[in-house]
Amino acid sequence: MSSKALAANPIYKRRLWVNRFNMTMSFLTMAIGMTFLIWILITLFGKGFAAFGTALFTQMTPPPGAEGGLANAIFGSIMIVGAAIFIATPIGIMTGIYLAEVGRDNRIAKLTRFINDILLSAPSIVIGLFVYAVIVAQLKHYSGWAGAVALAIIAVPVVVRTTETMLLLVPNSMREAAVALGAPQWRVVTMVTLRAVKGGVVTGVLLALARISGETAPLLFTALNNQFWSTDMSAPMANLPVVIFQFAMSPYEEWQQLAWGGALLITLAVLVLNIIARVLFRQKSN
Amino acid sequence: MSHSNSFARQDAIFARVTQFFALIVLATLVGIIATLVIGSWQTLTQTGPKFFVSDVWDPVRSLFGGMAPLWGTLITATIALIVGVPLSFGIAIFLTEMCPPALKRPLGTAVELLAAIPSIIYGMWGLFILTPLIASIQPTLTATLGKIPLIGVIFQGPPMGIGVLTAGLILSVMVIPFIAAVMRDVFDTTPAILKESAYGLGATTWEVVWNVVLPYTKTGVIGGIMLGLGRALGETMAVTFVIGNAYNISMKLFEPGNSIASSLANEFNEASDPAHLSALITLGLTLFALSFVVLALSRWLLSSLTAKEGKRT
Repeated sequence: MSSKALAANPIYKRRLWVNRFNMTMSFLTMAIGMTFLIWILITLFGKGFAAFGTALFTQMTPPPGAEGGLANAIFGSIMIVGAAIFIATPIGIMTGIYLAEVGRDNRIAKLTRFINDILLSAPSIVIGLFVYAVIVAQLKHYSGWAGAVALAIIAVPVVVRTTETMLLLVPNSMREAAVALGAPQWRVVTMVTLRAVKGGVVTGVLLALARISGETAPLLFTALNNQFWSTDMSAPMANLPVVIFQFAMSPYEEWQQLAWGGALLITLAVLVLNIIARVLFRQKSN
Repeated sequence: MSHSNSFARQDAIFARVTQFFALIVLATLVGIIATLVIGSWQTLTQTGPKFFVSDVWDPVRSLFGGMAPLWGTLITATIALIVGVPLSFGIAIFLTEMCPPALKRPLGTAVELLAAIPSIIYGMWGLFILTPLIASIQPTLTATLGKIPLIGVIFQGPPMGIGVLTAGLILSVMVIPFIAAVMRDVFDTTPAILKESAYGLGATTWEVVWNVVLPYTKTGVIGGIMLGLGRALGETMAVTFVIGNAYNISMKLFEPGNSIASSLANEFNEASDPAHLSALITLGLTLFALSFVVLALSRWLLSSLTAKEGKRT
């Protein structure tokens, strides 16, 4: 069949058009996805920068209808998120080591891997409920620590997953070489395998940090909020996500503007953390 | 050799210590389930299964039925999948089959960044940008599509812009990165030789995707969709901003509603009546059970796919 005859063939023509149509649609879906990303970021930067100024970082959250800043909320967020990552990192790394180096395919390791994957996507508000019942209801008051524990529960699975994945990238010959030199397993792990994937493990911690920086739902019932400057982690503590939630849902324009400022701050932090994590990871995998 | 003895002991301690941390992860899950069951005990024993079929939610008379938020959760997640799955599928095809290699990484990263944006940002964007937009086009939709018999009812409701549809649409954007990333990764596992054979027979790109790639990866694709569903069911902040906080069971998509997560976010701190608290925790338990099943299914589907790749070393 010559190409002319082929082009005139109605079946061939139909297949060609179906292909063209579907590939155009595929391109369009990509464009739609990018539109949403850019649209959200433009809105955020536009409205958020308007709120930026020294007041945002130096003044306290104001009462309704007044001017103010987010200083106490920024400080509270850093404290809570910092404490959470401090709790989550050792648990996550040790569990990751257990899964990749010690347990491997035994029953506990398989179960832990499964549970960890579930916790990775579990509804964060339910984790808030859990911490409320275990800590807040027992102590009879909300606290920054409760918020930190809730965030730590969300951060642990991320660290576990990356630590395990990274350790599995280490070739077995390296472990065998270390063992052949007469090293006990804990030395093999700390001096050889863990050291080989240091950057990857840090990536996991950064990703966990990015993940919990914007989490709001688990803080609603745990850290609650605080209108004033407070450094006491055992009392209710202001934090950016809850303040943003409260201010954005309010009818007061000053509050809404502060909410946009806070939203931009959080997003910038999360995006920067993500980008650093990616760069680190790429260096590692090369 | 005294060394080897002490080394064996060191190894045993090392194994124990790391295992202890793994058990903390397991204990967290057990703890979550236990506290939720204890917290919902009052509702489960006093109201029983009726809780899930009653649509009365009246804190003043202390009457609680969970059907309305359950309905809201399911309907918003359904909308999210109906809109989100085709979009994710298209994006995954674009990234694996059409995209110039130089753009593959930046565009893939950009899609993944959609997942990095905190959900509260989606909520604010939904409330301040999407809601007015939907409110402005809604009268037209109600006047035209709303007139269609039988299915017209889904386009009805008050023209406020907040409601079940808006929540579902925001969720659909939020699940795209999860579903699209899994789809892209599983599409990439299709052996090149299968695709090349199909191309060699004269198949078009679409035919290769539809008849070769998709059948080869269908377990993984469904696993990815389940992962997105699991995310959509439990998403809290984005939904709370725009769903309207009203206990409604309605087919009207513009009607305000409530999902389990948004009920909890709105009411849990204000609830003082033990029956109210217990009803809310029962909702939490329901949500956890639902997402547990969906996520477990997703994991199982995705792991059967990695098993095909051969054993890891």
